[in-house]
Amino acid sequence: MKIVVCIKQVPDTKGGVKFNPDGTLDRAAMLTIMNPDDKAGLEAALRLKDQYGAEVTAITMGLPKAEEVLREAMAMGADKGILVTDRVLGGADTWATSQTLAGAIRNLDYDLIITGRQAIDGDTAQVGPQISEHLDIPVISYAQNIKVEGDSVIVERQYDDRYHVVKAQMPCLITALAELNEPRYMTPGGIFDAYDAEITVWGRANLIDVEDSNLGLKGSPTQIAKASDKVRKGAGEKVTLDPTESVDYIMDKLVTRHVI
Amino acid sequence: MVNEMNLAEYKGVFVFAQQVDNKLSGIALELVGKGKDLAKDLGTEVTAVLVGSGVADLANELAEYGADRIILVDDPELKEYRTEPYAHALAEVIKKYKPEIFLVGATAIGRDLGPRVSARIHTGLTADCTQLEIGDFPINPVPGKEQLHNQLLMTRPAFGGNTIATIACPDFRPQMATVRPGVMQKAPRVEGAKANVEEFNPGFIPNNKYVEILEVVKSVVETADIMDAKILVSGGRGVGSAENFKLLDDLADAIGGTVSCSRAVVDSGWKSKDLQVGQTGKTVRPQVYFAIGISGAIQHLAGMEESDIIIAINKDETAPIFDVADYGIVGDLNKIVPMLTEKIRAAKAEK
Repeated sequence: MKIVVCIKQVPDTKGGVKFNPDGTLDRAAMLTIMNPDDKAGLEAALRLKDQYGAEVTAITMGLPKAEEVLREAMAMGADKGILVTDRVLGGADTWATSQTLAGAIRNLDYDLIITGRQAIDGDTAQVGPQISEHLDIPVISYAQNIKVEGDSVIVERQYDDRYHVVKAQMPCLITALAELNEPRYMTPGGIFDAYDAEITVWGRANLIDVEDSNLGLKGSPTQIAKASDKVRKGAGEKVTLDPTESVDYIMDKLVTRHVI
Repeated sequence: MVNEMNLAEYKGVFVFAQQVDNKLSGIALELVGKGKDLAKDLGTEVTAVLVGSGVADLANELAEYGADRIILVDDPELKEYRTEPYAHALAEVIKKYKPEIFLVGATAIGRDLGPRVSARIHTGLTADCTQLEIGDFPINPVPGKEQLHNQLLMTRPAFGGNTIATIACPDFRPQMATVRPGVMQKAPRVEGAKANVEEFNPGFIPNNKYVEILEVVKSVVETADIMDAKILVSGGRGVGSAENFKLLDDLADAIGGTVSCSRAVVDSGWKSKDLQVGQTGKTVRPQVYFAIGISGAIQHLAGMEESDIIIAINKDETAPIFDVADYGIVGDLNKIVPMLTEKIRAAKAEK
């Protein structure tokens, strides 16, 4: 079985956020990690590899520095790493990103594609389903438990108040939740090997069946009108009182605001 | 950008009227309400797209909440939600009716359906919007660039609530957005209001993308939906244990509220995920939100800061929850909460 896992290097949101003058993110200026949902997707792929035997290829689109997450993926157990990087791909929205990744994946043999549900920088949850649409394969989003049976996968698909046990024919695409599993650590041997491993680097020329007009900032249907730090409503009152006074204080507010 | 679409052909505001088990989801009515406002600004109508099997009866409810027209796609293949037949339904509706705006709820269904449809249609999709308005793009005139009017400006939080961005989709139609449940307001219900219902069936022929549903497992626990609660008594890690949530249950019981919680509480296994408020949980805007032992991570604030009155109790005076609280009390929840419960009970008994 051949599994492709899409991973993304994302800014650690605890490190603060910086923008370019055009309103897009200044990714180069921020500390980075492997996106948590993607890491869960990678772990799911590695478990399928442990259980059924599989070749796991990690692929990422990003700046040259995104090579770091591919090495991390390989240190965890991925067999190959592919970096898709090119100046013309920059500033892509989810349409252009999914076009790019689909164009890259068309070079590969695959039975299963796993992506994270969403990345913690954009939080859109769009790229996985969009890739599946471009490749004309089934998608199962919000996957919680993945089994392989013959040429099909059987997955628990989460909803707000239920789950569906769903069977889909491979090749198909699954989006994984961080709650899916506890990702393994990199092994010391794995880190050593990953440091020396060769990373495949692809650019625009390697993308199959993708028009220039669908790539990068220029190929993005959505455009940023305005971006800013969130303006929060100001703090109200803050009091430090003994417990009895605290209760009287809350009661007074509840009564004056007609709650009770 | 090379774009063959004739944008002027696209007219009207369409919303996906999500239903599950042949009951309309709250978001369906919220989108009709918001769609009505946008349609008014554009001088057009709001159309609800109702998709399912045996769901024709729901059209009346959509009409009573303000839909001018309903497009009904009813087919046995649409009984349970599955990505492919639902995406096919919406994509064919868009091709036939050419709406200028198409809104979908940012639910576990809509966040799967929206991207699949927008990719099929080739248009932009803005995720998890919390504000929608009609305006100009660019917002301020830019020399040498035409300023377009009557554009949908879609505002959404990003980076776990650290930033907000306003997005436009000037060159493609429809302008698509998924919208966070609980943020937009329903319109008041007008009993007996009627709307035109048009049936449309594009044909559903199963192919490799139709997945098979082997089993539907509903959660056993029937809990009140925290998004509908007027008063929420919400607890965080500071509550200390699952058992200690009893204090919050009692307070909620006394004041007529519902218990909810932060992500840390779900991660610790003290409460179930459907009670979680925040970026990865639910967005709530009750009249009163008690934040008890919740430090106020930015992801939590994103889900509750629109509440009318926020009362925070926390022993750490530097907790960020105090930055959004109307009334902040620095103190020990274990002492304050039980006494507060008693006082409220006593006050209510006097009435």
